[in-house]
Amino acid sequence: MKTWLKIVAVVLVVYVHIAGLLLAVPRLNILNETIRNLYFHVPMWFGMTALYAISLYHSILYLRTPTLERDHKASAFATTGIVFGLLGLGTGMLWAKFAWGAFWTGDPKLNGAAITTLVYVAYFVLRGSVDNQEQRSRLSAVYNIFAFAAMIPLIFILPRLSPSLHPGSGGNPGFNTYDLDSKMRMVFYPAVIGWFLVGYWISTLRIRILAVEEKMAELDYAKHA
Amino acid sequence: MLLSLIRTEFTLELRRRSVVSGIGLYLFAIIFICYLTFSLRRGSINEATWSALFWLAILFSVINSVAKSFIGEKRGLSIYYYSVASGQHVILAKIIYNTLLCLVLSVVGFILFSLFISNPVQDIPLFLLTLFLTSIGFSASLSLISAIAAKANNSNVLMAVLSFPVLIAVLLMAIRATKNIVDGLERSTSYDELTNLLAINCILTALAYILFPYIWRS
Repeated sequence: MKTWLKIVAVVLVVYVHIAGLLLAVPRLNILNETIRNLYFHVPMWFGMTALYAISLYHSILYLRTPTLERDHKASAFATTGIVFGLLGLGTGMLWAKFAWGAFWTGDPKLNGAAITTLVYVAYFVLRGSVDNQEQRSRLSAVYNIFAFAAMIPLIFILPRLSPSLHPGSGGNPGFNTYDLDSKMRMVFYPAVIGWFLVGYWISTLRIRILAVEEKMAELDYAKHA
Repeated sequence: MLLSLIRTEFTLELRRRSVVSGIGLYLFAIIFICYLTFSLRRGSINEATWSALFWLAILFSVINSVAKSFIGEKRGLSIYYYSVASGQHVILAKIIYNTLLCLVLSVVGFILFSLFISNPVQDIPLFLLTLFLTSIGFSASLSLISAIAAKANNSNVLMAVLSFPVLIAVLLMAIRATKNIVDGLERSTSYDELTNLLAINCILTALAYILFPYIWRS
């Protein structure tokens, strides 16, 4: 990943942490200061979806021309996606404790998000249970495509069909119901970009680790064979 | 080609008979336990409980039966199929056969439920339509996942783990539609859910059709 992108990512995330916690935010009745969660919770989901989409892209590419590198990329982006999803659930639960009084409610959007995380955890369970590397890559690529197509109805369509307490329901998820005035936009858009860049960076590191491990395994094999 | 594959499935099934009898026993056992439990209480069963029990019984019977479609297959059989038919025909044949199997299971389950426990369903044709659409959904997703799980080590556990999230979407629509039917609401309230089911089925079947040839190749 280019160095300037890494610098931009760090600068943006530091900016979001400082500005998000110090700049003024509009006051709404129950939310008060907790609306600042917008800068941390929502970018997690944007980041997660983007990372899963990139993982999907690499899985599709893998099926067209199977190379180990593409499989590593698909797996690395899915890993970071799961981390972002768990962080999103975590920040959401903390916020819910303050805004709704409970860590979890039977809300369709929450359930959809939790199930999406389960879907990708199942992806890694599948990877763990196939020994043959070529078969593992192929089966997990197929499951990745299948899982992404199952995720879309779960978190984008089903929550819009039912009423819920989650901010932004009864319409689009999140954007219009918050008083997203220009003050909040100034921190929110950099937050989305910054968190996504950090996620992308972590994934590239993971890809490099996987490549090095593969190389080491090869050398080991050559030495002992 | 497709028809002959489906006919092969039926013949295999009639010969083995393990699937139908095993599942029939399973379904029957669940329903009988429910009957014994609820007859002890001497009260009519709550509609929500009926719906939950019904879908639980159907879900587990269906998962068990469709799991055997690929997992129980001998090695030589898949090589034979590979040389004879294209992957897309095989998966379509499996999906159609499994849909019929799930439909039979659901309808038999429904009949047994009405016999032993009450029958709160007020609009039977609409309920049968729901069962049909849900059978297609279960069959499409479970056939593909069973094909994936068959190549892995601990296939039965993997089957459950992989299939659970995908079935949620289908089940949610089915349970909502069942709730409307059992409450006695008019038909148009369920149209949304049924259209959703139809859409999900299209997506799942298209995905299975496209992706199966890639799984099959080893």
